[in-house]
Amino acid sequence: MARNEESRVGVFVCHCGVNISSVVNIDKVVQAASQQEGVVVAKDYKFMCSTPGQEMILADIKEHKLNRIIVAACSPRLHEETFKKVLFTAGLNPYFFQMANIREQDAWVTEDKELATGKAISLVTGAIRRVRLHESLPTREVDIKPGVLVIGGGITGIEAALQIADAGHKVVLVEREPSIGGHMAQFDKTFPTLDCSACILTPKMNSVGTHPNINLMTSSEVTDVSGYIGNYDVTVKTKARFVNHDLCTSCGDCMEKCPVKVPSEFDEGLEKRGAIYTLFPQGVPNKPVIDAENCLMLIKEKCGLCEKVCEPGAIDFKDREKETSITVGSIITATGYKFAKPSILRDYGYGIFDNVLTAPEFERLNNSAGPTVGEILLKDGGKPQSVAILHCIGSRDKNFNEYCSKVCCMYSLKFSHLVKEKTGAEVFEFYIDIRAAGKSYEEFYDRIREEDVHFIRGKVGSVTNIPLNDEEKGKLVVIAENTLAGKRLRVPVDMVILSTGLECSDGVTDMTRMLKLSIDKDGFFIEKHPKLAPTETATDGIYIAGCCSGPKDIPESVASAQATAAMALKLISKGKVEVEATTSWINEELCAGCKLCIGVCPYNAIEYDEEKGISILNEVLCKGCGTCAATCPNGAAMARHFNDQQILNEIEGVLLS
Amino acid sequence: MSKLNLGIYWAASCGGCDVAILDIHEKILDVNDACRIHLWPIAMDFKYEDIKELEDSFLDVTLFNGAIRNSENEELARLLRRKSKVMVSFGSCAHTGGIPALANLYDKTDLLNRVYVESESTVNPEKIIPTPKTEVEESCLEIPEFYDRVYSLAQVVDVDYFVPGCPPNPERIWEVLELIISGKELPPKGSVIGATNKSLCDECEREKKDDKKIAEFRRIDRMIPDPEICFLDQGLICLGPVTRGGCGLQCVKQSAMPCRGCYGLPPDISDQGAKMISSLAPLIDSNDPDKIKEILDQQPDLAGYFYRFSMSESYLERKKP
Amino acid sequence: MNRDPKIVAFLCHWCSYTGADLAGTSRVKYSPHVRIIRIMCSGRIDTAFVLKALREGADGVLICGCHPGDCHYQSGNDKALKRHIMLKQMIGQFGVEPERIRLEWISASEGDLFAKIVDNFTEQVKNLGPLNWKETMRPKSGEYHEQT
Repeated sequence: MARNEESRVGVFVCHCGVNISSVVNIDKVVQAASQQEGVVVAKDYKFMCSTPGQEMILADIKEHKLNRIIVAACSPRLHEETFKKVLFTAGLNPYFFQMANIREQDAWVTEDKELATGKAISLVTGAIRRVRLHESLPTREVDIKPGVLVIGGGITGIEAALQIADAGHKVVLVEREPSIGGHMAQFDKTFPTLDCSACILTPKMNSVGTHPNINLMTSSEVTDVSGYIGNYDVTVKTKARFVNHDLCTSCGDCMEKCPVKVPSEFDEGLEKRGAIYTLFPQGVPNKPVIDAENCLMLIKEKCGLCEKVCEPGAIDFKDREKETSITVGSIITATGYKFAKPSILRDYGYGIFDNVLTAPEFERLNNSAGPTVGEILLKDGGKPQSVAILHCIGSRDKNFNEYCSKVCCMYSLKFSHLVKEKTGAEVFEFYIDIRAAGKSYEEFYDRIREEDVHFIRGKVGSVTNIPLNDEEKGKLVVIAENTLAGKRLRVPVDMVILSTGLECSDGVTDMTRMLKLSIDKDGFFIEKHPKLAPTETATDGIYIAGCCSGPKDIPESVASAQATAAMALKLISKGKVEVEATTSWINEELCAGCKLCIGVCPYNAIEYDEEKGISILNEVLCKGCGTCAATCPNGAAMARHFNDQQILNEIEGVLLS
Repeated sequence: MSKLNLGIYWAASCGGCDVAILDIHEKILDVNDACRIHLWPIAMDFKYEDIKELEDSFLDVTLFNGAIRNSENEELARLLRRKSKVMVSFGSCAHTGGIPALANLYDKTDLLNRVYVESESTVNPEKIIPTPKTEVEESCLEIPEFYDRVYSLAQVVDVDYFVPGCPPNPERIWEVLELIISGKELPPKGSVIGATNKSLCDECEREKKDDKKIAEFRRIDRMIPDPEICFLDQGLICLGPVTRGGCGLQCVKQSAMPCRGCYGLPPDISDQGAKMISSLAPLIDSNDPDKIKEILDQQPDLAGYFYRFSMSESYLERKKP
Repeated sequence: MNRDPKIVAFLCHWCSYTGADLAGTSRVKYSPHVRIIRIMCSGRIDTAFVLKALREGADGVLICGCHPGDCHYQSGNDKALKRHIMLKQMIGQFGVEPERIRLEWISASEGDLFAKIVDNFTEQVKNLGPLNWKETMRPKSGEYHEQT
């Protein structure tokens, strides 16, 4: 369609049930729109996005030979694509469309009906003025490279990688620790079924380790991502391991001989490990790495015992950090969570008294492969007679994390059961609310209650070791209020477990920058849509699974992993994808080669052509931010669909009434 | 071939545009051969009454330089418009307001006070400020009314063509005159002639850096700029990027001065100063608001610098009264 | 102010526009005198857009972008900040109170903040009174000049 062809605008105003029409006078908006220059039809309908609504637009395009369409309804973030498809079906270029957001940004935020109607008319007028200048834009198709990158090797990343690999496609799984497994590998039992965590996780880990379609990169981190859907170029940095894994036979002799003893991260510091170590005995890959910060050979060039005992000669102190470049079509982010360590922990005696543990520490203490071989013991080796479990530590707390971490109630119930089962101790659960919404969760709660666990509704104020009577001597005293009974309580116990919440994992900021994702106020990645696209993001071809978008339990994490695998597989099976046509471009007739645009482009998409003496824009690299267009001093660089004249017209339009 | 009837007029201007016409040197004789000049106040003696006597559209072409500052400027603009087939807005002042329009950043009363009362060379103890009408014995003296602001020519009358420049480059003037004299088809009405569509940087041969950064704004009077390197890369504000080419690089190359923007805004740009901010600001080498302010404080008169020639044809046009 | 203020707000698509939508879905009420124009990035905002809005009758202009470091396009908001500061330093020369233009960082999760800022800015602009730029363009009485 020629640019100068007379524009015939159709305006369609949506009631959205009563969402819009209860505040905005639809008739007045329709009437005002119909008086605007270029408007041929102005109509309203109860639900414009419904099939009859869409068909109405289709019919009017045909009947009135419309070539520009306005829908005044909800946010374009919700339904712009829906209506662009209608235009496409009608044989119009989808970019001859503009939405006026009169729901989220008008009806829902305005009380005064008259002013809301006036605002709607302004927004519609702006849209009409703008749409008349819209240009036909070609749709661009790009090929999807078949590989998929999965970032994070916890249960979520493992599941996503396996699903894609099993479908016959190549996956690169990047994990920053020396082994995959994530938090789930630290647990002994999982709620509510109390299956053995290792029993269900390790087979999956082994499948990853041996899968011909999975390239597992441990001790590695993604350091750079560039490109776009279907074509992401990724740089992965692999730390020096100082052990040649091709030669290593996993005999373990080196670890026995290593004289260094440092706290084990995996055991939450409850146990020691050597400078040459595996993360845990069932790790995948099950081969040791040397921790350069603690190895005597690497810091002082003394020792070298491991090298001496290693028969296959796998120790290599000359190993260096490596960078690997890979190209993939899509990226699944499964960077998980970390347990919160809020400063409030000290109020509960954490770090001051022995036998005050955080949840992950208790998980290790209880783990049959942990420091006590699964026996729940006090620091002095004795068995606890009584244990208090304190809920919501740092969660649901305006001073720390406002949100509910979702899994703590359930794991706390699991702890009660395990303590009861293994020690027979008396257990007190101090809770705000018990949240047991999930399959068989309420039943699990019932079961624990029947196990004679004391449930006390009330948040604990502090934990002290100062006794007020003989009974409290030598005990940890939990000071709380029973809010149901309206009584202050002092409960002497031997062990306190702090149910700490889940927080976004470290390194989220880097990921945000590299993957162009947004994070919410708590640091979790924001979904493309909270309900309808919970595993997609605002960046096409980048998906989020597991706890990186918010706390989830294991079944939910696995389900989201499978969902992202489906998204990645969908791309692969399509082979091609349409990408936004709204990139910038440079008009060679106007470009004077001043080079001002080159430095402002965040994607290095603009280069100077010495021969022509002008700047050239690479549209494949361009993401359409339009910064070059705003910078270009003489209008040569232009942002498609957001060009100066379109925006200036919209400004005129919204200020007209 | 009958001679073309030509008018040349100056309104609020310095006379430089008229001198620039003479700067076509001996070619002025060709102009004389081809044209009959009916009005040219700076060079020849004519009376306004004579122009009023002419039939409407009698003049084939009028080259009108100078902005509209007072009622006389406007009266003559309207008169010449009526008498001319082709009205050419000639030079920066007529085109976009030029230097006189910088006064739009001040109120009329401030201006008159400054000139008639406060200025150091003025002796005016009674603080008399001229008014359009002054009653004296037996009569009333009338002088043109000093307007509240400066207008471009096109804001007052319909203009056919624009020749920018302060003053226009004589070579371009000759090209324009030659075109008019030749009787060839003229470009579409409203065109800017005698200037390029590309900005000045296209012609400028100074070496330009790919990634420009400005850590401090420097002043041309405090340094000797490198003659081979882009002024912006030396921290000197150059309006070349937001200015049409065609001037022959008179400042940038021959005088080693940064462009001040007299050839006016490029075709798709609607506000020269705003565009200069949009282009220049991103180059500032800091993201810290305080540091940015500190760098900008080195340049106290941004409006004067960025709208030196284009105030009348900017979005805001003038200081709010 | 004898008439309602007119405010034009330019919102970047990724953070601020999403934040404004969130204010809507959370049903937070705010001043209805703001007219939102969506652009992809605050770095797209040409200073000319701001001046155009003032010329066309806006009493105030609000620019919202992603927080520093969070720009969907890496650094567009830095450019917006620099342009904004530069315009603020200049606009006083035109007799326009610099308080009529404001730049704010609104993330996608800050619907509440967006509403608060709109209310606060509207109040501020209201106190400054109408700008009526178009009206001031008209000649004073006494000038017999007619606009063409």
